[in-house]
Order: sequence, then C-alpha cells, then structure tokens
Amino acid sequence: MNIVVCVKQIPDPAMPGQLDPSTKTLKREGKLIMDESDSFGVEMGLQLAEKAGGGEVTIVSMVPSAGLQGIRSALAMGAAKAILVSDDALSGTDALGTAKILAAAIKRAGDVDLVLTATESTDGYTGTVPAQVAELLGWPSLTFARAVDIAEGKIKIERQTEKGYNEVEASLPAVVSVTAGVVEPRYPSFKGIMAAKNKPVDEVKVADLGIDAGQVGWAGARQEIADVRQAEERKAGEKIEDEGDAHEKIVAFLEQLKVI
Amino acid sequence: MALNKVWVFAEAESPGKPTSLTLELLTKAREMAGTVEAFYAGADPDGLTGPLGEYGASTVYALDTGDCLIGAPAAAALAELIGEHQPDMVVFGASYDGRDVCGRLSARIDRPVLSNGMTWDVDGDKVNVGTAIFGGNTLVDAVFTTPAPHLAIFRPKSFNAEPGGGGPAQVVTAKGVDTGHAGEVTILQVHEAEQEGPKLEDAAVVVSGGRGLGGAENYKLVEDLAKLLKGAAGASRAIVDAGWVPYSRQVGQTGKTVKPKVYIAAGISGATQHMVGMKGSDNIVAINKDAEAAIFTIADLGIVGDVHKVMPKLIEALKARQG
Ligand SMILES: Cc1cc2nc3c(=O)[nH]c(=O)nc-3n(C[C@H](O)[C@H](O)[C@H](O)COP(=O)(O)OP(=O)(O)OC[C@H]3O[C@@H](n4cnc5c(N)ncnc54)[C@H](O)[C@@H]3O)c2cc1C
Ligand SMILES: Nc1ncnc2c1ncn2[C@@H]1O[C@H](COP(=O)(O)O)[C@@H](O)[C@H]1O
Repeated sequence: MNIVVCVKQIPDPAMPGQLDPSTKTLKREGKLIMDESDSFGVEMGLQLAEKAGGGEVTIVSMVPSAGLQGIRSALAMGAAKAILVSDDALSGTDALGTAKILAAAIKRAGDVDLVLTATESTDGYTGTVPAQVAELLGWPSLTFARAVDIAEGKIKIERQTEKGYNEVEASLPAVVSVTAGVVEPRYPSFKGIMAAKNKPVDEVKVADLGIDAGQVGWAGARQEIADVRQAEERKAGEKIEDEGDAHEKIVAFLEQLKVI
Repeated sequence: MALNKVWVFAEAESPGKPTSLTLELLTKAREMAGTVEAFYAGADPDGLTGPLGEYGASTVYALDTGDCLIGAPAAAALAELIGEHQPDMVVFGASYDGRDVCGRLSARIDRPVLSNGMTWDVDGDKVNVGTAIFGGNTLVDAVFTTPAPHLAIFRPKSFNAEPGGGGPAQVVTAKGVDTGHAGEVTILQVHEAEQEGPKLEDAAVVVSGGRGLGGAENYKLVEDLAKLLKGAAGASRAIVDAGWVPYSRQVGQTGKTVKPKVYIAAGISGATQHMVGMKGSDNIVAINKDAEAAIFTIADLGIVGDVHKVMPKLIEALKARQG
C-alpha cells in the first residue's frame, strides 16, 4: 500500500495574519509549519500502511518559498520520504494551480494507491484542492471522511453529511480528504525527529514536473484582488462580572429583545 | 449587466425541499442575471420544480446519479451542459457536494474558482466575489480575469432568500457522461440522526457550548437552555473534535454559519474560526470566566462568570417564568 499524504506548510496560525500591501495576499514568509489539519492525514496514512502490512507513506508539499520544517514534522511522525515542490514561480498560485502541481508530484511518486488530504487548509481554506487533484488524476474523490477503512483493494469511508454520515465505497486508487479528529495524531518520538533529518526529500521545481510556468503563480490564478478593506467592526456592548445575579441580566436582555 | 445567464447548483435537503443555501443563491442570481437556471443531481427533480421556479429558476437540468456520490458524474455532465448552453457563471453553495462538484468541474474545464464568497457584484465587465479573512476583520474582493464561464462558491447566509413568484421550472434531463473509475463511488448506506427542534441554521436562538463546559455531560446545560428558548444547540470545534457532540452542531469556518436573533456562547473563547460562523448574529451574549476572552470583543452582553453557576440559574429562572 503506497500512500501519498498532502501536507501544506503554513505560517504559524497563532501569529496574527498580515497582508502583503503590494500583492494584497497573505504574507507567507518566515517560518512555516505543518498545517495541523494535515497531521490527521499523516497519522491516517501511517495507520493504513501498517494495517496493510507494508508500503510507504510519501509526503507531498508545495510551497513558493523554501520550506522544509513542516515536512520534517511529518517525516518525524513516520513518513518515509517527501516530494517538495518549491519554486519562486509558485507565488500567487490558486487552488487549481496548486492541484495541478500536487497531481504532477503524486504521479512522480510512482505507484500510488491512495492520496490523503485534509478537507481544507487552515490558511487558504478553499476546500476544493482534494476534488481538483482527484479530477486531474482521473480518480474518485471520497471527501469529508470521519472514518476510513481499506480491505481487498476497496476503500470505505464514513462521509460527513448535514444530518449524519454516509457509508461510501470505491476501488483504489482514490483521493480521500479526512476531517480533523478522524484519528489521534501521534507525537513524534525523539528517535523519529532524529531519523527525519536523514530521510530523503526530493526537491523539485515547476519545470521538473513538466508544468508550464503560466499554469501556476499569478498568471495561472487568472484572478485579481480588486480591493481590500476593513470590515465594519462589531462593537462590544456591556460586560459585567457575575456576582450571583448575572442570569437576571440575561433574562432582562432576552425580554427586551422579545425572545421570551 | 455583465451577466446574461447564471446557473445555480441546486441541492435538496429532503425530497422536494431545496436547501436554504440553494434558495439564497437563486434569489441573488435573480438580481445578477436576466436568465437563472439550475442544475440538480439526485433523485426526484420533479418535486423540486415548484420551489426552484418560485425562487427564480426557469429551467432545471437534472442528472440521475443513482446511488453514486455525485462529485465526478455531476462535474462531467455540467461540463457538457456548459459547453452547450454557455452560462456566464455557475455558482455553488459551500456544502459538501457543492465543493466536490465545483472542484472537479474547475479542473475539468480549467477554470479558477473563487471560494468562500460572501458578496457578489458586477462592476462593468468585471465579476466581483468578496470574502472575509482574519475572522471577518478584513474584506477582500477578487475579480476573474478569464473569459466565462466563471465559477464561485458562496458561504451560507451570504444572501437573503426571497421568492420571486415564478412558476415551476421546466425539467431538462441531463445526459450522463461515462467517467469510468473516477465516477464509481457508491453510497452504501445513509445514516441520519433525528433532530429535535429547529435547525441550527434556521433557529431564532442558538445556544453554543465550548470547552469551558468542562465535560461532555455538561452539554446538557446548553441543550436545556436551547430548548427553553425554542432554539437550537451549537458547539465550538474543540468539543466536536473531543467527541462530546456530533459534527452537525459545529458553528464556524468549518461548520455552520448562523445568523440568529440571539446567539449565546457559553465557555467559548472566540477563536476567529468560530467567530466567522456567528458574527452576523443580531445579538450576542457570551459567558466566559476569562474577562479577556476574545468573544467579549463582539458580545452585546458579556458575562464574566462560571458557566456552571450562571447557566443552571438561568435555566431555573426561565423555567420559573414559563411556570
Ligand atoms: C482550519 C481550522 C478550522 C477551524 N474551524 C472551526 C470551526 O468551524 N468552529 C470552531 O468553533 N472552531 C474552529 N477551529 C478551532 C478554533 O481555532 C478554536 O480552537 C476553537 O474554536 C476553540 O474552542 P473553544 O472556544 O470551545 O475552546 P477554548 O479555546 O479552549 O476556550 C474555552 C473557553 O472556555 C472558558 N472557560 C473555561 N472554563 C470555564 C467556566 N467554568 N466557565 C466559563 N468559561 C470557562 C475559557 O476561559 C476559554 O475562553 C478551527 C481551527 C482551524 C485550524
Ligand atoms: N500547497 C499545498 N501543499 C500540500 N498540500 C496542499 C497544499 N494546498 C492544499 N493542500 C491539501 O489540500 C487540502 C485542502 O486545501 P484547500 O483547498 O486549500 O483548503 C489541504 O488541507 C491539504 O491537505
């Protein structure tokens, strides 16, 4: 069972986000870390490979600037190797451009049975990349999985729905997007962290993937930021310390709104 | 008007009943284009012609996908139909199937998607889709620089749904396209939980609980309060991930968007990803023991206090009133 897990490397979400005034897009410079949402895919990949009794987990990541740290975290968890597409030409790439790069990198990984992604990235959250990758590969997409099982060349997931979940099945190869909480990501061991430093990372440029530079970056995105403005801020109202009677305040508030 | 014809990706929540998101998109599409049509993949399109027509669709292109997941077959059929009928724009709701179909379609016809849309307007020959970032603090407008058809995905509650008084839409059966391996995803079984009371998205009052509740057993406080206020119970992602409540209760960026008359947040810190899903509420009440919690920056009534003290008293007081 050879599994590719897509891992996005992003600025630390704990740091306040900033827009680059010239390009009007999110600043992505500085230290990049593994998107926490992708740690679930990595864990799921490792468990499925173990259960299948062999095979490798390969990390695929695309990033405009040089960035390895996030990938190292995934390798430290136990993935065997990584393909990193890193190229200045990727700056400004949109979801479809990203999917084109990821699909090409997945093909480069060789004989792949399964591709795992998160349902949406923390910083971009377009949520379309998994389906786009699947369409470009000509594979089925099983999205929003809250449970995944593989048996006899078939993959079965529990797909989240508005009212519950559906059991959904397809044959491999396939692309599966997993929700947060689908499994409990392991903490890398010290040994894992040390080993990760020596695991192979195949660093490639856009041209190495046979993709025309016009398909990615700003040109490939075929969209422009027309305007950025501050939203009207919601103001805070009254704030009170509870001294045993705060519930009366709430009742009065609800009464005044004629909710009760 | 730069748009002549707009297509709306229509979804049903139950037989014969379009989702509110579908009706919101149809209503807005009426304002944006002279001709509004719908595409629907699933069972019983005939049952939908009434409401789809009433909200503005003159035609509904219908695809029967049997027991297959609709992503690949719907995208392939849509690509064919787009080639034939040349809509200027196809819009989707940010739902599970909406994101699947739009994603696959964009790759198939090689067109970019503007996602997380909250506003939609036309400026000369530019089509503008606006979205909010940083938890809603900053609004960004993007325009397409490609020729039509344009693709966009809109968040729920971005537009109001109002009937336009049109007659039933005409059903045109769409031809299936063989998508081979990509399309062979079978839905084996459907599991639906019974839900009591109003739906989270439609309720006039939403009471949501977060990690500050301390444990799954205390979510009952949230449910009891919601019930007394004839509202719906919601949750932060922290307690959904912790397994206290099902995902269907989650409010926020990756969950539901709600705009009730009153939103009560109990033991929720107010992370940007949570706020993006409830910031549009008319009135916000927050109960949190940390006076510095971010949720207080948007609360109309903030109670600095312990949910385990405030909530039971509030519930008792409301019960007493109702007699
Ligand atoms: C990609 C992505 C998407 C996300 N999507 C969502 C989403 O859709 N919805 C969402 O909610 N989150 C989402 N999150 C998670 C979000 O960032 C926060 O982690 C989450 O909202 C925190 O939930 P919480 O407020 O319940 O928990 P915490 O942040 O842990 O806050 C608990 C609060 O309870 C208070 N408290 C503790 N004890 C008491 C007490 N006894 N009485 C009163 N108050 C008390 C504390 O002061 C604290 O403020 C997302 C995150 C990412 C990365
Ligand atoms: N640059 C990237 N590198 C690797 N994986 C990515 C990248 N962008 C998106 N993905 C994957 O696709 C998922 C959905 O991303 P998005 O559509 O941007 O919300 C992410 O959670 C990742 O698993």
